[in-house]
Parts: sequence; structure tokens; C-alpha cells
Amino acid sequence: MTTATEVVHRRLGMTDDEYRSVVAILGRDPRPAELAMYSVMWSEHCSYKSSRSLLGRFPTEAPWVVVGPGENAGVVDLGDGWLAAIRIESHNHPSFVEPYQGAATGVGGILRDVFTMGARPVALWDQIRFGPLDQPKNRYLFKGVVAGIAGYGNAVGVPTVGGEIELDDCYSGNPLVNVMCLGIMRRDQLVLGTAGEPGAVAILLGNATGRDGIGGASVLASASFDESSGEKRPAVQVGDPFAEKKLIEACLELYDRGLVVGVQDLGAAGLSCAISEPAGRAGVGIDVDLDAVHTRETGMTAPELLMSESQERMMAFVSPEMVADVLAVASKWEIDSAVVGTVRAGGTLTIRHGGDIVAEVPAASLADDAPRYDRPAARPLGLDDLQSRSFDGSDLDVAATLCDLLADPAIGSSGWVHEQYDHMLFLNTVVGPGADGNLLRIKGTEKALAVSTDGNGRLCALDPRIGSARLVYEAALNVAVVGARPLALVDNLNFGNPEKPEVMWQLAESIAGISEACEALGIPVVGGNVSLYNETDGVDINPTPVVGILGLSDPMPTNPPRLGRARAGMEVWEIGPVATGNLDGSTVQRLHGELGGAPTPPDPGMARRIVDIAAALAHTAPVLHDISDGGLAVALAEICIVSGVGATVESEHPFSEDPHRLLAVVPPGTLSADPVTRRIGAMGGDDLVVNAASVALDHCADLWHGALSRALAG
Amino acid sequence: MRAAVVVFPGVNCEHDVVHALRSLGGDADLVWHKETNLSGFDGVVLPGGFAHGDALRTGAIARFSPVMSEVGRLADEGAPVLGICNGWQVLCETGLLPGAHIANRDLSFICRFVEVEVIDTNSVLTRQARPGQVLRIPLNSYEGNWVDPSGEARVVLRYVEDPNGSQDRAAAICNERGNVVGVMPHPERAFDELLGSSDGQVLLEGFLHSLVPA
Repeated sequence: MTTATEVVHRRLGMTDDEYRSVVAILGRDPRPAELAMYSVMWSEHCSYKSSRSLLGRFPTEAPWVVVGPGENAGVVDLGDGWLAAIRIESHNHPSFVEPYQGAATGVGGILRDVFTMGARPVALWDQIRFGPLDQPKNRYLFKGVVAGIAGYGNAVGVPTVGGEIELDDCYSGNPLVNVMCLGIMRRDQLVLGTAGEPGAVAILLGNATGRDGIGGASVLASASFDESSGEKRPAVQVGDPFAEKKLIEACLELYDRGLVVGVQDLGAAGLSCAISEPAGRAGVGIDVDLDAVHTRETGMTAPELLMSESQERMMAFVSPEMVADVLAVASKWEIDSAVVGTVRAGGTLTIRHGGDIVAEVPAASLADDAPRYDRPAARPLGLDDLQSRSFDGSDLDVAATLCDLLADPAIGSSGWVHEQYDHMLFLNTVVGPGADGNLLRIKGTEKALAVSTDGNGRLCALDPRIGSARLVYEAALNVAVVGARPLALVDNLNFGNPEKPEVMWQLAESIAGISEACEALGIPVVGGNVSLYNETDGVDINPTPVVGILGLSDPMPTNPPRLGRARAGMEVWEIGPVATGNLDGSTVQRLHGELGGAPTPPDPGMARRIVDIAAALAHTAPVLHDISDGGLAVALAEICIVSGVGATVESEHPFSEDPHRLLAVVPPGTLSADPVTRRIGAMGGDDLVVNAASVALDHCADLWHGALSRALAG
Repeated sequence: MRAAVVVFPGVNCEHDVVHALRSLGGDADLVWHKETNLSGFDGVVLPGGFAHGDALRTGAIARFSPVMSEVGRLADEGAPVLGICNGWQVLCETGLLPGAHIANRDLSFICRFVEVEVIDTNSVLTRQARPGQVLRIPLNSYEGNWVDPSGEARVVLRYVEDPNGSQDRAAAICNERGNVVGVMPHPERAFDELLGSSDGQVLLEGFLHSLVPA
């Protein structure tokens, strides 16, 4: 450790070994700009260096996969020339440092991932996790994140149609803010992140480059938090939804007119990523002139220009004869543009600044030669003890427990959140927020896309393999209850510090659980994101994989099931395996006990069978509702509240969250009993009566509607 | 008989409006905000969104867009001019309708169905509706709180329950002639029962019936 750059690399988040690898690749000490590029491209956030060895476990192939993991978004074929692009990302650490901008720029980033592929982004989902709302800091973070999502998503003009909320102590110092985006396009609009052939021109579109977000990927997203985290605020980017909206429209016009060869967005690692990844994919090099980059501050150094994560920027690769047309489109949409490079044969990135060569590196080495760590994994020592502490809910008072559940801010209506989001734009939202799965029609066709996102950190803390598999099955059932069959999955793996063997074990188990469930359902993983170092002061979050499943309904139900379509006189049926009394990892356990025990494992064969039943029944049943958080009692209460009619049912384990189960509310004579289909009661009256315990429907409605807003009022 | 749906940078409801008008048998096309000749059109819709990013304040920049002189000409000639949500804000800023919009009373964005009552049917928006008719239409705005010290406007739609503090619970107003209308909820989002309501049809049909060749 003798030279100056060797000290610098540690400040950039690079280990001594990684530095030596750079020296080996280049055959010399790196220049400052080169070191900057390697530090961001080899960061955990960009390179997946700790998780990559495990991610190969995912099943990624199916005949309908057009683009699998590794591009900016996964793309699947919907038939009749339609494609869907889908992607999920996290903005956990930025949202803790600055909740509004952290969440807002998360929305902006995920949109770019999707319209980079040629698709118009048509919907967003947000999965947000915070500590308990009785703490003022958590309320501040919650409100700030929701405001950021609303402020950006509404103004950029993409509806936020759903999501989920989880509250748990483990997120107090490290909230999770995940965001998923869906886009649709015609097949001929698909664009890939390639630099194209030698001679192509690189045009930087959108916002001017500033000093914001320098090293966001390496410093912020790839390191743990402690009390000094406030000092990292300059690494959080600032979003401009108006700039993004114009960028979306300009890019879609470029694609429509066939003016670009390839496109790459500038997100994490900024310009470094936007030149090295497309060049690496195409097997070419690029000559880049940093003096041509339009900036909003003077005196920016080459490393700053290469690392900046200024938002709302795209790199387009264009044939020379199309350059004038591309610049004209940019001008029409009032976005800045600059010709910054030329594609060359040979695979070398040559970067000039102030007339000097400041970097000369093999493009592929930045993207592909990042270190891979086979970090040691070990089952947590305390897990056996934790799993032995099962929860006994046999003496729970049904009426009181139901009221406790309905009044819980994570169970109650999410209306306070989703009424701040435009969830109706584009006239596609057939089933919107508050349902198990959302259903979005594709206008002019009989097709609709169903989407559900699910996560459950507590279940995964008890058993990451079982918990993760159950998320997949739950999401699959959620798209089935609106009439769709699962088609593809994306995942966002939010975990703790990978340098701890127990965290690596959790990650491996979770990936195995997701993979097994995907294989059982026959669906591929088409993309994902890994967020590590979610720890504060040495304490890791619960392992929190979040999965999003995209389903296709074709033809879509003419009148899809909705929670509000139950009427007096209809019958209530439970479909699925008979619930056990196991409440380990359940919501009731969260409210009335300590986390512990061994959750009920999934049954892959049963899962497939119930998904098939639900997807078929969705064409006739007025109401189908997945049984999950809070069990059958809460699922039924939600139907009653939204429909405005009471019900009377019998259920041996009304709070069980055992998997593969749903409620169907149907007119008499619709269903007949079989081993997985049981009539449990009927709709009617002004009360919700479960096992003879009665609660007035009005009271249920008041608790449920006000749960979140009361908690946020403090 | 053709309607121009104006696209300012930052608006986002333009395709929805065109889709709804065409679904109802109307003829509507997008027009870029720099267009200076609307002679081929018999009426105008300013759709919702965030024209020019709502920079300075809603509608403040849009009033200077080149197309607005033609919008003013059509308004003067008695052609139907409809501003939906942000479009209403632009019409106020331009002076074609009185008043201005401030942040919702509770300082939060509101996206949900609301009920509005038809108060006055002498406007291009409400001419096909019945007085007293209650319509269920989505609201989707942050600055939906209309204030007008002048008292010159006619309220044509009124919220059944006040969602945002708008003066006189106004959900839509018109000018004296009734040809220039601003409406805060989105009728184009309520033209299909599959999406929760078709109550906006009667309003859009009123607008389409008002398109007569100049």
C-alpha cells in the first residue's frame, strides 16, 4: 500500500484485493478516472459480486421468455405481437437518508429500466416496509416515502396501481422501499442495451450531469448504516419527474421511428455503466469525449463525470445517418442532448477529458470481470431454538382478535396510501389497489395482465426456504383470483450483511425456495435485484425477499371477481387444503406473541391445483379472495366491509395463514363440495359472525378504514 | 366535427381523452402545444397532467404556449373548450375562466371516485345531463381547490361531499356563454363500467354534440 490511488480506492469502497485485480487487468496502476469506474461498476449494487454465484440457481427459461435476467428488464411474450417488460428494484438506503427523494428517484430509475427496453411503462407497484408507526421517526419515513412515490409517479404520468406494506421492528433503522414497473409494447418496438456496430454514435439524452449521487452505488447502496449516515446525504440523487416524462415520450418516439440501435439508461454507476455495459454486450469499444457531456456545474472532474448518478438521463446508440433526426426529436421534447462518443471495434473504452486520455480500459472488464465472492454460508446458530418456540393460539378470543387485526395498520385499508397515487391513468386499471392481484387490460384486445407482489420477512426469518416458496405460491394465487395464469416472476432480495455467514445462508435458502416454487408452477425468473447490507449498527433485517408475479388472462373475465361484489344470500366457500392450527409466523403471532416456531410448509402439487381452480372460477365467481395475512377471518371481513354486507361462517382455525387457500363468495348452486372445496357459511345481516363470535360490521369497517390513518396520526 | 386534444410537455391524460372520445364515436386528434393553427378543429380539450411540469404554479407556463392564442380564438367564437383537471388550471391562468387553484385542503393528492351533482345544464359539458343527476367520476389532483373572489363563474357540477375545499363545492364551472368549461374530476376515466363507472359518458357526449363546424 504505497501509492496515492491505493488509499483512494478504499474511500471509494474498494478492497485491497479488488484494487490488485484492477492492476492485473490493466497491467499498470489505474488512473483516477479508471479507478472511479471500477469502484462503481464493481460495487455490490452493480456487480452482484456476493450473490451472483447463487443467482444461477433460478430457473430462467420458458418458451415465452423474450429477454431474461441481465438486461435492463425482463421481457415476455403475451401472444398476438404483444410483449410485456417487467423489472423490480430497491431504493432502501437512499430512502432512509432522504425519504422523499430516495423514494422518488427509485420510481424514476425503475421507469427508465422499462422504457429502455422499448416499452411504455404502464403501471408501478411499491412494496414498502418500515418500523412500527408508534415511533415518530418511522411515521416521518413512511409519510416521506409515500409522498415521494406520489410526487414523482403522479407527475411522471405512470399509475401506481398497487403494492404492499409491512411493519416490523427490524425495519426501524433500515426501511425497505422496493418498486416494480410493468411496460407493454409491440414486438417490433423491442430495443436492447447494445452499443451496436463500430461507427455508431453515442448520444447522451436528458438532464445535465451534476455532482449529485456521486458514488451512490458504491458508498450508499453497498454499505451498512450507522449513526453517521446523515453525512451520506450528498450521495442521494434528486428527481425531476417532468424531465423524466419528456425523456419517456422522446424515447418512445425514437423507438417508434426506428431511430436507435440500442439504449441504456443512466442509473447506478451513471455514465460508467451506460458505456461499459452496452459496449460489453456488443463486444465493441467506445471513444468517449467527456468535454461533450452537458453539465450543470463547472469544473467537474473526469471521475465525477463518470460516477455521477444525476437522474433522468439515457444513452442512445445511433447510426451516423440518424443522428440529426435523433437530435431533432430531443429538441422537440425540450430535452438536452449531446453527442459524446463513437463506437469502435476492439473492445476498449477510451475516455478523453480536457484533450487528455483519462481512461483506457477493456469495456467488458467493468461489467463482466467484477470479483465474485463465494462467501461462506452457515445456518444461524439460534435458528433451532427460534423454530422450537411455537405459538399457541388455541385460547384466542375470536371477536377480540379479529378487531385487533382489523385495527392493525398493516392489515387495515391501505386507502390512505393508494388514494395519494394516481392509480387510474391510461384507463387500464380493471382491478386496482386493495385487491389480492391487480388486473390491467390491454386496450383493443381481450387480454389483461395480472400482477401481484408479495413479501413476508417474518415468515422468511423463521424459515427462508419455506417462507420464500410460500411468497411465490401466494403471488401466483393472487393473480389467479383475478383470472390470470402466472407467466413470469421478478424478485427483489433484501437481505443483511453478506459478510456474515448466516445472511449468506438465508440468501441461498431463499433463492432455493423461490426456485423450487417457480419450477413447480412452471414459471421463469425474468429479472431481479439484490439489496444487501440492510443492517444498522450490526443488526440485520429479517431476510425479506419480495416477489412479483406477472400473469396473463386471455380472454380476461368479462366481470372479474372483486371484493365488493358479495350480496346477501350468497354462499361462502373455502377452497384449498384444510388449515392446521399452526400460527407460527402469522399476523396473530406478531400481535400477541414473539416471533418463533416453524411455519407450515407449502405443497407444490396442491398449489398448482388451487391456482388452476381459482383461475377458472374467476370467470364466474363474484368474489375470490386469497387467505393470507390475518387468515380467513380477516379475508372475510374485508369482503364484508367492501361489499357492505355481513356474513356468518364456521372455521376451525379462522386466523391460520396456511398456504394455498382462498374464499369464494358465489350464488347458491354454483359450487359443490369436494376434498378441497367446503361451504363454510353465507352472506347476510349486519354483523360478521365467526364461530358464533359476532362483531358489528360497522365496527369492523371503522377499525379497518381508520387503522393506517390513526397510526400515522401518532 | 373534430376536437383537438392539446399536448403540452408534461400532460399525461391526452391518450385517455382521445380514446374515450373516439370510443363514443367522436373524432379527436392530438395537437402539439406549438401548433399555431387550429382551423381544422371545431373544439378543444386541454387534458389533465402536469403541463410544463407545473413549473412556477399550475398552468403558469402553459398560458404562453403558442397554441393558446388559437384556443382563445375558438373560445371567443363560441366553440366548445374543455379543460380537464390541469386543463382547467390552464384555462384559469389564461383568463378564459375565472379564479385559480390552490392545494387541496388536506394538503394531499386525492385519487378516488367522488360523486358530483349536475347543477346547471347550460354548458357544453352538462347539456346532455339532467339537473340533479348524480355522477360518480374519479378525482385525481393535488391542486383541486378552486377559489374565485370574483363570483363570476357558473358552477355546473358540484361535489356531493367536499373532498378538497373547492369554493362552493365546485367540481366544474363554465363561462357566461357556457362554451368554456373547466372540470376537476376526469370524465374520460368514467366511460366504461369495467373500470368502475360509465357516468362520464353523458358529459363527454355533451361536449361531442357541441362540436359544430364553424
